[in-house]
Amino acid sequence: MLRFIVRRMVQLIGVVLVLSLLLFFWLRSLPGGPINALLGDRATPEQQEQLEQLLGLDQPLYVQYLRYMGRALQGEFGSSSSVIPGTDAFDVFLSRFPATIELAFFSVTLAIITAIPLGYFAARRRGRAVDNISIVASLVGIAVPVFFLAFLLKYYFSVKLGWLPVSGRQANLGCTRVTNFFILDGLLTREFDCSVSAVKHLILPSIALASIPFAVVFRITRASVLDVLHEDYVRTAEAKGLTARVIRGRHVLRNAMLPVLTIVGLQVGALLAGAVLTETVFSFPGIGEALALSFSARDYAVLQILILMSAVVFVVVNLVVDILYAVVDPRVRTS
Amino acid sequence: MTESPKNTESPKNTESPKNTETPKSTGPLARYRDSRKERIDALAQLSARDRSAEPVQVTTGAGGTGPATPDHLTVTESGAIQEAPGVSLWASAWRRLRRNPVFIVGAVITAVFVVVAVFAPWLAPKDPTIGYLIDEVRPQTNPVPGPQPGFPLGADDRGRDLLSRLIVGSRQTLIVGVLATLGGFVGGLILGTLAGAFGGWVDSFVMRLVDVMLSIPSLILALSISALASEPSQWTLIIAIGVVQIPIFARLLRGSLLAQRSSDHVLAARALGIRRGPIIFRHMLPNALAPVIVQATLMLAVAIIDAAALSFLGLGNPDQRIPEWGQMLGQSRQFFYSHPQLAIYPAICIIIVALGFTLMGESTREALDPRSRR
Repeated sequence: MLRFIVRRMVQLIGVVLVLSLLLFFWLRSLPGGPINALLGDRATPEQQEQLEQLLGLDQPLYVQYLRYMGRALQGEFGSSSSVIPGTDAFDVFLSRFPATIELAFFSVTLAIITAIPLGYFAARRRGRAVDNISIVASLVGIAVPVFFLAFLLKYYFSVKLGWLPVSGRQANLGCTRVTNFFILDGLLTREFDCSVSAVKHLILPSIALASIPFAVVFRITRASVLDVLHEDYVRTAEAKGLTARVIRGRHVLRNAMLPVLTIVGLQVGALLAGAVLTETVFSFPGIGEALALSFSARDYAVLQILILMSAVVFVVVNLVVDILYAVVDPRVRTS
Repeated sequence: MTESPKNTESPKNTESPKNTETPKSTGPLARYRDSRKERIDALAQLSARDRSAEPVQVTTGAGGTGPATPDHLTVTESGAIQEAPGVSLWASAWRRLRRNPVFIVGAVITAVFVVVAVFAPWLAPKDPTIGYLIDEVRPQTNPVPGPQPGFPLGADDRGRDLLSRLIVGSRQTLIVGVLATLGGFVGGLILGTLAGAFGGWVDSFVMRLVDVMLSIPSLILALSISALASEPSQWTLIIAIGVVQIPIFARLLRGSLLAQRSSDHVLAARALGIRRGPIIFRHMLPNALAPVIVQATLMLAVAIIDAAALSFLGLGNPDQRIPEWGQMLGQSRQFFYSHPQLAIYPAICIIIVALGFTLMGESTREALDPRSRR
């Protein structure tokens, strides 16, 4: 088990190294070069020269890369030029990250609690109306552009009906900040209206964002339950005379959940991508919106750290999922 | 020489359908069905399937590609080996597909889309680039002229006929989707073949690269690629979407090449002294392509949706003389609450076409997958 984790950690380090190399060259090949990219167009020649010395752009490439890595390890990625002007790029990431975690957590939860029961139900009634309708629904979920769904939801429920807030993360209630997770903060400080407001702001973005993981988790659950239903051990369980309830819960569902677990981990990538669109539509101040902002403002210092960190988050989540997987299913460890 | 390994393999192939068919009708799994009537229905379905069922095929892929694939040799579900006219994987899939309503709906949507795209300039009632109703556009009071005689869907914010733009836009949408997917396909083909055929350090190197590309969320990767261009254009859009698809194709292809490396037909070809190149290109690749082509159908839908997303973020083709659905949807952003039709029409077109490709791809994948015959 320990060897498995260590092996995966080594892989993770490899991925981050290659990624940093790619980002290094990416930053160098941006239009205008890294100096312009980091300082923006309005920088004075003195500033440019200073940064050129600081970055050591007169040094050979490998020295430049090593220095870049050295600074990256110390969390220095330059300061933001537009998203939160003057702030360190890494701080921009830190200040935005809790919002996206809240959003992603809500949508994954939403997707899971709807998709898994529905997928199980559809598999049990394969070929019937329930099955076909939910399959078509999941395919439509894939075919609808996320930002369009977000716009539609916002249009009907916020603009037309006025049930839910139009944008942002929380109403201006003068809430105390503890962890920057607004729901948690409200509970910790007993300002419950703050938590309620934060939840209200999360509902529509989470639904829009959940559309893709919902479709994927639904289809994997259905396929996986179909597979497991035909396994020998399910037949054995039936032959032993176990009740249908025990068979469904312990033998079918538990084994069918293994591929679903993997897929949920992989969906984190799709969530981060979807968050760029959803957060932009709802002006939700998470890393997705920061990405879109820093992109249109060409705030490369922020863009760089956001790309790097979203990849790291994705890889780490999948590492955790793999470890969980090995805990749940002993067969994985040996392979 | 080539037949004996096939023979020993055949019981393995027939085993899974046998195991699953029996409990379905009489076995304990029948308890899952709620009533007797349903059980009878299931039985009827089963026997109907039996009558039409084609013999289970032993060949591993598209038949007749190499000397080592005896596609005249087939095995019935009972395990008896019999000579039968050769049925390739695609032909047997087609048999099931042509009766599958899901596939037919998908294929019809796709066909209509392609026909409209090809004949778009002749089908469109008006020129999509001329602002016929520009005189009616009032930026303050009425920025988007509504439907009127000659303009069934109204015009856009520059007085151009919306219907004509939608019809002509289908062509550019198809071009962006096809070119991007083709780019991803070719890139994935090269990387996947390198990794799957050579193995060793080439494999490790390529796969680490693929892992890194996969670890960046697709849209963010597309964003970073388009950031490299100083000005967004049609080509940055296509390249950005295409590159994102490369790792997906590469992984898929590598997987199916690896699975074949130790398979009998490759071993046989190697035993006959065929060199590595021909084995890869004539024996392994043709057999590995089926799932990749199906994936390409699905990726086309994704490409069209991604193009819309990039346009929404301001990275689409800024040249409005060539309308494209994603571009139309992305640029309708500022009018969404006042004139939602500008967004809804292109969005519906995108949803229907993406659904068409997805339905077609998914049903083909299911038909090609031997496990789905259960």
